[in-house]
Amino acid sequence: MCSHCACGLPPAPPLAREVVLAESLLARNDHQAAHNREHFRAAGVQVVNVLSSPGTGKTALLEALAARAPSSLRLAALVGDLATDQDARRLQQAGLPAVQITTGQVCHLDAAMVHQALAQLEEAGHPLAALDLLLIENVGNLVCPAAFALGEQRRVVLLSVTEGEDKPLKYPATFHSADLVVITKVDLAEAVGFDHALVQRSLQQVAPAARVLHTSARTGAGIDALLAALLG
Amino acid sequence: MMALGERVLQVASREGAERVVVIHLRLGALAGVDPLALQTAAEVVLEGTVAEGARLAIEAVPPAWWCGPCHLEFSASDALGRCPACGLASRQVLRGQDLVLHSLELDP
Repeated sequence: MCSHCACGLPPAPPLAREVVLAESLLARNDHQAAHNREHFRAAGVQVVNVLSSPGTGKTALLEALAARAPSSLRLAALVGDLATDQDARRLQQAGLPAVQITTGQVCHLDAAMVHQALAQLEEAGHPLAALDLLLIENVGNLVCPAAFALGEQRRVVLLSVTEGEDKPLKYPATFHSADLVVITKVDLAEAVGFDHALVQRSLQQVAPAARVLHTSARTGAGIDALLAALLG
Repeated sequence: MMALGERVLQVASREGAERVVVIHLRLGALAGVDPLALQTAAEVVLEGTVAEGARLAIEAVPPAWWCGPCHLEFSASDALGRCPACGLASRQVLRGQDLVLHSLELDP
């Protein structure tokens, strides 16, 4: 009720004032990513951001890379998940120094989380300058991680043969941002009737410049080629 | 979303506002952010703050790409960014990838 004259009308809404900010919410991340990139460049380490949906075999692929890499190659990994440190423990068991980034409610890694994890990696005895290749396993998600640069030199997007050949068309932003697309679990391709030509056509539309490799973490197929591509 | 919530509350506090009435956003079609999901996330993040119940006014920003070989800026209806002249997918996005906090309406 109006407090001035008891007329029964509700009070008029207060006049709000407008504060113009015009700030990019992604710009803060881009700034941090540029800072990370500078760290990586100074340390001379190759950094790869690995993206895919859950269950595509990111961790298995990293395990396979660790198993196939020559012992002279110094590798480490950062692993993003909403909860648990299971993936980091798996990678450590495979001989790969790994730091788990637990994101809680956040569905992607951002540059600040990576920066923080780099300090943890250093505390664990693996400073950037002592590494040749740092693999960052992003949170399993084909949507949000694409918008958040981490400072990486290369972005790798995984697609397993069990997922369907049209996935690149369904998640174009993520595949569009890929430097390298890795088709995983190729040992199952025949069993699930995977159509290589069809996925090639999908990729041609959304990621024509991306290189495509085929791997199987189980048989080891394509792992050497992937390692060479990540270091090249 | 956390970045948005933090920034809104920071500005509200700096301005000495008792209430945030409207949050004006410009959302690019390629930002990978769903407006409905953003609305829901905002409600959760801002609950119990001076911005609880604030209206999210979201202006959609259409995508724009640049095709290097054709020297052409274009907007495409699908998210693939295929140049209308040569049919190849562009890798250079000019607009539509960002989420911008444009302004806040504050009380008082």
